[in-house]
Formats: sequence, C-alpha cells, structure tokens
Amino acid sequence: MSLWHTLLLNLPFEWAQYDFMHNALLAVLLVSPLLALLGCLVINNQMAFFSEAMGHSALTGLALGALLGIADPTATIVGFAVVLAVAMVLMRRTSAVPPDTSIALVMAFVVALGVVLLSRGGGFARYSRYLIGDILTITPGELGILAVVSGGVAVMWVFLFNALFFVSLNRSLAASRGFPAGVLEAVFSVLVAVVVSVSIPWVGLLVINSMLILPAATARNLARNTRGYVLGAVAVSLLSGVIGLVCSYYWNTATGATIVLWACGFFALSLVLRRR
Amino acid sequence: MDQTSHKAMRSCGECCTRLVDFGVTLRGSRVLEQIRLHMHCGELTALIGPNGAGKTTLLRAMVGELPHTGSLRFIHHGNIETTKPLRIGYVPQKLELDRTSPTTVMDLFAGALTRWPLWVGTRKAVACEAQAKLELVGAETLLDRRISEISVGQLQRVLLALALTPVPELLLLDEPVAALDQGGMERFYQTVSKMRTEYDLSILLVSHDLTAAAQFSDRMILLNRTVLCEGAPKDVLLNPLIRQTFGFGFTEQEIDGRRPLFKQLEHEQCALQAGEA
Repeated sequence: MSLWHTLLLNLPFEWAQYDFMHNALLAVLLVSPLLALLGCLVINNQMAFFSEAMGHSALTGLALGALLGIADPTATIVGFAVVLAVAMVLMRRTSAVPPDTSIALVMAFVVALGVVLLSRGGGFARYSRYLIGDILTITPGELGILAVVSGGVAVMWVFLFNALFFVSLNRSLAASRGFPAGVLEAVFSVLVAVVVSVSIPWVGLLVINSMLILPAATARNLARNTRGYVLGAVAVSLLSGVIGLVCSYYWNTATGATIVLWACGFFALSLVLRRR
Repeated sequence: MDQTSHKAMRSCGECCTRLVDFGVTLRGSRVLEQIRLHMHCGELTALIGPNGAGKTTLLRAMVGELPHTGSLRFIHHGNIETTKPLRIGYVPQKLELDRTSPTTVMDLFAGALTRWPLWVGTRKAVACEAQAKLELVGAETLLDRRISEISVGQLQRVLLALALTPVPELLLLDEPVAALDQGGMERFYQTVSKMRTEYDLSILLVSHDLTAAAQFSDRMILLNRTVLCEGAPKDVLLNPLIRQTFGFGFTEQEIDGRRPLFKQLEHEQCALQAGEA
C-alpha cells in the first residue's frame, strides 16, 4: 500500500496527491476488469437483463439491512441478491412465463419493496449514496474485502469460462461435453449477484449494469476472435475506469456515472470503426 | 451383402449402446416411454418419426441434458458394461448465435480441448488437432473464420469435426442436414458414412428425409413416443406403420429408384473434370 502511495505521489498530477484518489484508483483497477470479464459471459449467455435486476435488488437488500439495524448493509445486499439469483434460476426452470417477463416482474417487485421500505418517514435521501455510488470514500479495509472477492470470482471465472461458452452456444452440445448447463448457470448467476452487489456502494446501482455490459459490448463490435473479445473488454473497462475517475475529480461529478459515460463513448467509437 | 460383411469385419462388434425401458417425462407429461434400442459400433442408425415424436428429446436425454427413467448402458471394448457414458459426440441442429459473436472455429476446438479459458495460451497443439479434424470433413480453410460469418453447410461440417474431437464412441446427429441444400446434404451424409468405417463409431442420426436416410443407414428406427418398428431401412419404410404415422407410404420402386448418391456424385465429378479438360 505504501509503495502504491509513493508511486502515485511522484506523478505530476493534482489528483495524484490525495490518499482518497489513490484508494479509488486501486478500487477501479480491481473492479473494472472483473466486471468486464464477467460481462463477456453475461452477454454470451444473454443475461444482461438478469444482471440489471441483480443491481436493482440492492434496494431491497439495503432496506433489509436498515430494518435489521445493521450499520454496513453490504452483507444484506449481497445476501439478498444471492437468494434472489437462486430464486430466479429456479423460476426460469419451472415457470411458464417467458424469462424476460419474469425478470421484469421480479425487478418491479424488489425495486418497489425497497423504495417503500426505505422511504418510510421520508428518509429516502439518506440512501441516495447507493444509487450513484461513492468510490472516493472507500477505505483500505474495504479495498481488502473487494480484493478478496475479486480474487475468488476471478478464479471461479477461469474454471467456468469454457463450460459457459458451450452452454451459450447450445445446451445439448454442452451436456455432451460433460458440462451441466443448469448447475453452471446457477453458479454463474450467484457469481454475478455477488460481484454486482459488492460493487454497488462504490459504483452505484443505477449504472452498475453498464459497467458490466458496455466494455464487453464494445469489444464484441471489433473482436475477430474470443481472445480479442475478452482482452478488448478488459482494456476498454480499464481505460474508461481510469479516465472516468480522473475526469470525475476535475469535473466534480459522480465517479460511477462518469466512467459509464466514457464507456459509452468507447462503444460509439466501436460502432463507427465496425462500419468501416 | 458384401458391404455388410465387410463392415462387420472392420467393426470390433464388442462395444455397443443399449437403452432398456428408457423414458423421459417433461413438465409432468410422458414424452418418451419404453424405448428399447441397441446400437453397435460401425453402424449408422437412422431415427425417423413425425414432428413431436420425441426424436430430439431422446438425444437430449442420451447426452445427459434431460433426466430419464430406465437404463442407458454402454458396453465398452473388452465387454465392460457401464452406465457411465461413453465419449459422446453431438451435432446440434443449430447454435445460438448473433451477428456480432466473435467466436471462431478455433475457439470451439480450444474450448473443447483445453481446461484453461479457451483464449489463453499459445494453442499450437490444439490448432494442429483441429486442423486435422477439419480436413477430414473438408473444412480445412475455416479454422480462423468466425462461426457467425460462415455458411450453414460449413458450420455443420465444423460441428461434425468438433463432435469428432476427441474421437467419440457414440455420435449423435440431430437433423444435421435440415438446413442444407441437396448437394450439401449429400456431401454431409458421405462424410458421416466415411467416419463410421474410419473410426468404428456408433452413429444415431435424426432425419426427416426418409429415402436419403434409408440409403445411408444400416438400420432404421421409427419413433413416435416409443419405438414403433425397427430393422433394415427398406423393411421399415415398407412397413404399413409408415403410412399410419406419416400419412404417406413408399413403394419398393420409390426406395430403390432414388439415384444412388455416391454414383451420382462420382458421375458429376467425372463430368466436371471432363468439362475442365
């Protein structure tokens, strides 16, 4: 950590002189590639709407934390998202409703429930931090938790990649190669739920899904193969993350949303390059 | 007759796949019941039946995607009987693809052959193996192409090559020619026939083109929620159950009268060469 601070202090930039920016940069370097890696599989497996619902479920998780009187509601946000992810996987298997409709229904329910619970007595404004995120307040301890989660997810991702790749192409083909589609999708859904919900206090639930989807979607426009797709997504994510963080310092804007705007810019650029 | 004995000599005759009282229930309704099947290596079995007969469901249960009742047994070389599946190669009807999918043919093989995420590593050995399998099916120029930009026929060949990597003991083909034109279909059947003898495979092929299936298969099975009849392709097609099931039947002339595909293709190639000269 001290090495990191010394390194940044030697940079000739104004933003590099503050500890909170050092922590925030480290958080961006941890979270953005992780979200990009997951995003590649989320797009392959057509789960973008599912991950959006996971982000919005944080409202109910937050409300549960508040009801239980827990100071740091991250645990209830993660817990509720995981339970919801499992419930949605089971719902998709048994329900006759089309998957996107059932996701929309669940999302409507958890958002409404969260808002109702949080707005009792007119205190909703207290929670707006979770809507837009606040990466500048991250502490070294919280960074440590983020690093552990990121490491765990990255390891799981390595083991799941090929299997989920085949599941996304054809479920029977995946089964013939010994990859059980149902189990794998459930594990991956839980993984997405965990990553999205631990990132929400820093990125904000309104834009978290964009950080998951946009880098992968951008790389997909230009990639000639899967390697280009994955590495491109990580590159776009890191670029928009670092540029967005620095811009938000100078513009005095919310960091998560600034990062997402840069990612949108890169996506637009990829569309132009693809046309040519 | 000659052809059959030749095949019997080539195949080991020991390994086979046996389904006993096999059944599948989906969402409370019984889709397949009391299926009895016996497939030998070196044999191509055609599975025919009307829409909704459960042909695809049978394959999905056999690869382990759907739960089933009854037993699915595999007898390996050396008469070792297990319920543990043999290596199964499966060629699906289609893949879920969108136009921006960056997946290349090479990615498919890397995903099948390596444990690391398929985009990691130098992959030279994988590329060699993939290239060898692609050459077998006449798709050797496609290794670095994206699967979203090649034709349906090319993709079917690639999927066949993938199903043969590593070489399986049982090959399941789910209406592999449904989207192909006549020439593509014949080439595909030819390739599959070649594989059967080359690798001593049991092949189960779902087909809607009954006469074409009859020409290429060693045995034929008529399925409609259970096995209605089975036997030599010609006998099955002449069975009155065919008319009951499909609403139309075949005469012996119609089955024999169809131009033998191999001869026809050879003829065309000769004509082509003559034309070039």
